[in-house]
Amino acid sequence: MTEQINIEKSERMDKVPVKKQKKVNEFIYFAIRNNKLKIGLGIVLLFILLALIGPLFAKYDWNAYIGPMSQPPSREFWFGTTTFGQDVYTQFVLGLRATFLVGIIGGGLGTLIGIIIGFVAGYRGGIVDEVLNVLTNVVLVIPTFALLLIVAAYLKVRGIMIESIFIGLTAWPWAARAIRAQTFSLRSRDFVDLARMSGMKPLKIIFTEIAPNMMSYLLMTFILQFGGAILIAATLDFIGLGPTNTISLGLMMNYAVMWGALQFGNWWWFVPPGFAIMAIVGSLYIMNVGLDEVFNPKLREM
Amino acid sequence: MRRYFGRKIVVYLSTFFLAVTIDWAIPRFMPGNPILNLLTRVAGRPETVQHMYNYYSRIFGLDIPVWKQYINFWIALFHGDLGTSVLMFPQKVTAIIMRAVPYDIFLLVPAILLSFYAGNKFGAFAARTKWLDNTVLPLGYMLTATPYMWLGILLAWSLGIVAGIFPIAGAYGFNLQPSLSWVFILSLLEHWFLPFVSLFLVYFGGWAIGMRNMIIYELEADYSHYLEALGAPRSLVRKYAYRNAILPQITGLALQLGVVVAGALVTEVVFSYPGIGYWILQAIQNQDYFLIQGCFLFIIIMVLIANFIIDIVYVIVDPRTRLGMVGGSA
Amino acid sequence: MSLQTKNLRVYYQTLRGDVKALDDVTFNIKDGEIMGLAGESGCGKTTLANSIIYLTPPMKYIDGSVELDGEELPIWDIDSMNTFRYKKVSIIPQYAMNAMNPTRKIGKMTEELLVSKKISYKKTKAELDRRLDLVELKNDILGMYPIELSGGMKQRMVLVLSTLLNPSLLIADEITSALDVSTQKAVAEMLVEFRNRKIVKSMIVITHDISILYQIADSILVMYAGKLAEKASTEVIIHSPMHPYTRLLISSLPKVGVKYSEKKLTGIKGNTPLLFNPPVGCRFKDRCPVAFDKCIKEPPFIEIEKGHFVACWRECERNA
Ligand SMILES: Nc1ncnc2c1ncn2[C@@H]1O[C@H](COP(=O)(O)OP(=O)(O)OP(=O)(O)O)[C@@H](O)[C@H]1O
Ligand code: SF4
Ligand SMILES: [Mg+2]
Repeated sequence: MTEQINIEKSERMDKVPVKKQKKVNEFIYFAIRNNKLKIGLGIVLLFILLALIGPLFAKYDWNAYIGPMSQPPSREFWFGTTTFGQDVYTQFVLGLRATFLVGIIGGGLGTLIGIIIGFVAGYRGGIVDEVLNVLTNVVLVIPTFALLLIVAAYLKVRGIMIESIFIGLTAWPWAARAIRAQTFSLRSRDFVDLARMSGMKPLKIIFTEIAPNMMSYLLMTFILQFGGAILIAATLDFIGLGPTNTISLGLMMNYAVMWGALQFGNWWWFVPPGFAIMAIVGSLYIMNVGLDEVFNPKLREM
Repeated sequence: MRRYFGRKIVVYLSTFFLAVTIDWAIPRFMPGNPILNLLTRVAGRPETVQHMYNYYSRIFGLDIPVWKQYINFWIALFHGDLGTSVLMFPQKVTAIIMRAVPYDIFLLVPAILLSFYAGNKFGAFAARTKWLDNTVLPLGYMLTATPYMWLGILLAWSLGIVAGIFPIAGAYGFNLQPSLSWVFILSLLEHWFLPFVSLFLVYFGGWAIGMRNMIIYELEADYSHYLEALGAPRSLVRKYAYRNAILPQITGLALQLGVVVAGALVTEVVFSYPGIGYWILQAIQNQDYFLIQGCFLFIIIMVLIANFIIDIVYVIVDPRTRLGMVGGSA
Repeated sequence: MSLQTKNLRVYYQTLRGDVKALDDVTFNIKDGEIMGLAGESGCGKTTLANSIIYLTPPMKYIDGSVELDGEELPIWDIDSMNTFRYKKVSIIPQYAMNAMNPTRKIGKMTEELLVSKKISYKKTKAELDRRLDLVELKNDILGMYPIELSGGMKQRMVLVLSTLLNPSLLIADEITSALDVSTQKAVAEMLVEFRNRKIVKSMIVITHDISILYQIADSILVMYAGKLAEKASTEVIIHSPMHPYTRLLISSLPKVGVKYSEKKLTGIKGNTPLLFNPPVGCRFKDRCPVAFDKCIKEPPFIEIEKGHFVACWRECERNA
């Protein structure tokens, strides 16, 4: 029996490098043929572009009362004006920037923490796993707002950065769980056993043996966290726990509701921000399904 | 099985303990003194203010050493006493919560259960039906990606203000007194409808997508192929796949509870629906830390209980958990 | 004749083109015959098995026919094949270990499967118990979930399940490969027992373990790269094979129990050809030690002696 196992192993060992190159080509091949991936990515890129160059065309300060109040979209005010006469277009494009910032930083930090906790818990198992599991649960259960309230009470002036970091620090449990489960199943594979037997250090095993085999998974986790962070930020902004010194899409909706946009019928004030969030996050999700199909042959449609 | 629940209980208890501790800390780590904060609203002569200060300090228990405060907090907690609201003084926080909770139950329970049922059925139906999959999939993703308040705002504006079909604020008409009359019940339902629909739709998208993604794995699983190879009708294969795909959905519900609660919170804010979420916003805006604390504690306990129920359900429906494999939510 | 396949051609459709996994396959199985199917990994054994019972995308039927007990099987039609599946032709799949729904009790699953095929579970129950007895399983296994069983138990359970309706043909795809040696022997003997009791009329047994075939098979069919190489009685294949590939395959087995897939075939240079674009002529010619000019044409699969079929130009020449 032992002899058989060894033969299998050595075969697998010398097969690995050949496969990798082949695999990368294969992924690209399927990626450029996947409509979900293309459409999702296309929409996200469109909004990124708008966030990048949109503000260059903004003529006003987002907070200044520059025009007539409650104006519908016109040539002068592309997205109309608020109840106070602020330019909605300016608010919108700056809000987009804030949204992507939250996504990248909040989502990135969340993924990073999730990866670290997931790897350690999944790889070490045992008591370390249990303790991290409790930690994950606590963060999962405690309402994010509770902590943010304390932060809000101390920092009267808050920016997007603080909010993003905060979201990153509280939004990782989901990622940690998913990555833990993956690591757990990879841990017992032969090539990891082999590395362990050859005396490789755990950290090195995680980074050279486990992480590369989960790259696709980590990428998809990041995308989900990215979208999740954007939605959380919108919620926080809406109940007034968001940034205080800038504008964001969530804040636009907050102000719109607070200052009677519904009653006055100023739809141009609250429709664009929510729509943008929906389109961006929705496209991110669809992109993820596309990626899943690219990475997972079983899901590919013929 | 015993080990499984033993571990779960340890996890739950530690989570509860830590969460309560953090919750306890909320007002105590706030800058400023919550009582002074309250007193700024009660203008009066300095002696009176001093007198009141002492009085409130005693009720709120802020004049004793911190460790004693902490222990007292636990004791009070087990007596169901969450302190006194500043905003609604002299009402007890527990009383405010108890008044709000029926609205949350009325709103959330149907929204969660119905969306779970309908979303899963729909997702399973759409999977592997090409045209449905191509329309439902993007729609479902857009729905889950919709910020709760935005959908709420859109519904309130379109059906409430423009079309004038539904009321958009409160839980029943301003001119009504709670009673068991038809008029009141009708008003209750009218006010409930829009917040319910906006929550339902967003949740629905999530479940439909989740199911669609899960079931295609199950339909490709070996046991499905075996059944097909033996010529089992599609209905049986689908039934098995559905049953197995719903399991991760149940765990998903546990993981999503936080998001679900947050969704309810902002939806209540949009529609001024007097559930816990509405009160949290009031408390935040008025810096009523005791009310905040109470509401959060309540949410934490509810989420833990919900998690626990989900765990039990999971064990009942998934034999693999019962037989010693890991699984479940917490 | 129990099974007759004629010029069967089945490809896999992929974005990169067709994989010609089964090309011009013609063979017969007699009533009561247990035919072993051997060949290197990827040569098309599972494809052949699935073509007969469960031809689904990305597999694509190209042409050829399969007849079972004189009746043509509509293998190209997923739906109308359903009347034949299980009742006439059945399979123990390569993934038998995971073949049962993990969240259903085995008895319950069996019942639902039977009911879905409009067969009374009650009436079948007595026979089911007898069959379980036959494979040495206690009948309280029906109240268990698949994960409560060992690999060998699962394998035997699937054997019982797959043969419950007395199919005329049973295809067993590598049913022993995940088991330890003694369990392998036991399961293999049960297959013979099932045939002897006429529970199934004939069988195709796919395995990488020639010693198992030596033990139970009446005949052996050797495949190479999607084509048939040789078919003859077990004795002949083991002791006097004719096709160069079969010879290498047999001679490369040093001792009983060693599976050919795990050893590089000694003396066979190179790898099995990719089936996207198989070599013209004899698909074995690049590795064949005795290849000659004629081999650029495709060798026919012809009967050289009674019951002995070979696809090789050398043998044709010798017998000419
Ligand atoms: N789903 C698929 N899509 C494309 N090609 C496939 C697919 N399944 C199998 N093939 C190809 O068809 C050929 C035959 O595969 P098959 O599974 O029949 O081999 P096998 O003889 O059963 O091998 P093993 O002994 O490893 O089970 C292989 O070259 C394989 O690459
Ligand atoms: S036909 Fe030619 S190449 Fe093929 S096996 Fe025979 S001798 Fe070898
Ligand atoms: Mg096979």
